[in-house]
Amino acid sequence: MQPTTHAFPENARKALSDERLQKVLAIAPAGFVNRRKQAADRLPEFEALRDQGRDLKNHVLANLDTYLEAFEAKVTGQGGHVHWCRTDQEARDAILGICRAANAKTVTKGKSMVSEEIGINDYLEANGLTPIETDLGEYIIQLRHEPPSHIIAPAFHLSKKDVEGTFRQAHTDLPPDRVLDDPKVLIAEARTVLRRKFQQADVGITGANLMIAETGSTVIVTNEGNGDLTQILPRVHVVIASIEKIVPTLEDAALVLRLLARSATGQEASAYTTFSTGPRRPGDLDGPEEFHVVLLDNGRSALLGTEFQEVLRCIRCGACMNHCPVYGAVGGHAYGWVYPGPIGSVMQPALLGVKEAGHLPNASTFCGRCEAVCPMRIPLPKMMRHWREKEFEQGLQPAAMRKGLGLWAWFARRPALYHAATRMAVRALGALGRGKGRFAKLPLAQGWTQYRDMPAPEGKTFQQMWAEKKGKR
Amino acid sequence: MAEKHPAPRVGLFVTCLVDLFRPTVGFAAVKLLEDAGCTVEVPSAQTCCGQPAFNSGDRRTAQELARNTIAAFEGFDYVVVPSGSCGGQIKKHYPELLADDPAWAARAQRLSARTYELVSFLADVLGMTDTGARYDGTVTYHDSCSGLRELGVKEQPRRLLASVEGLTLNELPGAEVCCGFGGTFCVKYPDVSNRMVEAKTADIQGTQADTLLAGDMGCLLNMAGKLKREGSAIRVRHVAEVLAGVTDTPPIGEKA
Repeated sequence: MQPTTHAFPENARKALSDERLQKVLAIAPAGFVNRRKQAADRLPEFEALRDQGRDLKNHVLANLDTYLEAFEAKVTGQGGHVHWCRTDQEARDAILGICRAANAKTVTKGKSMVSEEIGINDYLEANGLTPIETDLGEYIIQLRHEPPSHIIAPAFHLSKKDVEGTFRQAHTDLPPDRVLDDPKVLIAEARTVLRRKFQQADVGITGANLMIAETGSTVIVTNEGNGDLTQILPRVHVVIASIEKIVPTLEDAALVLRLLARSATGQEASAYTTFSTGPRRPGDLDGPEEFHVVLLDNGRSALLGTEFQEVLRCIRCGACMNHCPVYGAVGGHAYGWVYPGPIGSVMQPALLGVKEAGHLPNASTFCGRCEAVCPMRIPLPKMMRHWREKEFEQGLQPAAMRKGLGLWAWFARRPALYHAATRMAVRALGALGRGKGRFAKLPLAQGWTQYRDMPAPEGKTFQQMWAEKKGKR
Repeated sequence: MAEKHPAPRVGLFVTCLVDLFRPTVGFAAVKLLEDAGCTVEVPSAQTCCGQPAFNSGDRRTAQELARNTIAAFEGFDYVVVPSGSCGGQIKKHYPELLADDPAWAARAQRLSARTYELVSFLADVLGMTDTGARYDGTVTYHDSCSGLRELGVKEQPRRLLASVEGLTLNELPGAEVCCGFGGTFCVKYPDVSNRMVEAKTADIQGTQADTLLAGDMGCLLNMAGKLKREGSAIRVRHVAEVLAGVTDTPPIGEKA
């Protein structure tokens, strides 16, 4: 997927004038917010779990190599294969290689943000394979040739009506006069179509919400059961996961799962939590003949030991974007690549470079709501500020802003001059604005006055009035 | 309180926006503090807390301005700030900004420990329960993000507003959602900011309140500017003005 992150302001404008999208955004995030809050309130130890989650992941990140190697040994010992991939290209090639060796034509896919990150669908298609998304939301957007707009609800931006239109266009073998006005009917139709694909598939690709070092297991959570059919029915199961998803033990996995479901959807547990441990053993009733784990780095290990290390604690629950007022205004597509919302504003500069993704960490008011709900207590605003520091160091910010702030700082370092200059400015501005008490237009402030009035200053600075008062006393 | 202990010496950190746009808030703060038995001083060596530089990635300037503020306020028992945003900068971010500066780290910590946002200082530190003020009107209150999430200012302004005679508080739905100001954000991303403040003013209008209050001038200028652009008659004031009973100046964005 070609990023358009550099065009965030234009993307945002487009999203703001998209009435359909605005209608969805006016309702949908609130549902997530309420459900999460209720789930958190129902669990007295929820805040303590967040502390434990943070500490667990900090420990993992400090010992990442140890746990990954232990995981690999377990997977291999159980007859599985681990493919270490430094880049997205290496991961695409590893997966294509597995598919080719299996003589695969049809590949089913569970929902995976890492698979979006490496753009596996386009790659498989370009190489003659047919990848089929089996998560309902992913299936819908695959039919529409759109990227996901939310990390746990990929078709977040669409209404029921949009989905109906998409199905009518795609499922041309079904009667055109069928009634499709109920979500249940839409789901049933998708289920019927996907059933056939599940049976045709030669390879099933899933992501992993977790990998467990002590058992060599990978874990996925879904609410549709599509992940299970994706990984059990085909002959070959490929797990694509990024390296930071590892935890040491089953108990640690339980901790993360308790935080994940509540933070993501407000559930106590997702409908399906599936552990995969190696290929089918003799005597097993089902399971794949081959089990592969494609481990992706793609720039993550470069964050270790830097001010951005903590972002690798992320468990991809989506709570940050559900609570973000900027995401709530523009939706996920405006972010221009795979990861939207506050987590994207920290991850995308890391994965795409600050030149491509520099807008994102700037497009935040630092309201702090993301950090307040993050189950892993990732200090997201602080990390966005660190990206701004990188931009500042590299001189990437707009010249006008740099100059304006530089001038301000020059005066602010010189209190006497500062007070004299502000006195004059405020006197002039106060006199100009006295008639109405506000300005509808102001030179150099179009960004402000385009949409709102600028209240006029009262006319004297507080410092000036305080000095006058002290003089009289 | 003043009988039992010597009057606490409070240094008022005025903040840029109060200093420039609305001195009334500064005088309201002084009145509230003096009425509560504090001795208030306003060091003239203060300028800006440095937050605009800090949030623009200019760490070095932010550090210089932090040192300037620390030096200006070190001698006081308390530093009080009529803003959760600037208060948060001093209390939460100065120690982090200067953590690696051996000459300043401890001084930043000490200042942080003595710095408070105005309303939480009155309620939590001075134990104020009754302001003795009067305001005839129905108000609604917006929780500014930094005060709320960095400093825990939530229930203190409501407690004190409840003591204001003649005042009714209609809670604002989504009071904890950002108004879209965000410092330079509002001019860097005006379209997004506008969408956020639009949603906010719609919620404000829905409360049927005649007055909007908040504890931060940035948010107040943003919301007042939008309400006035929309032709709303809702009056906008800093919460300190109402708590101090200093409401003889025109509301924010209105003529004398």
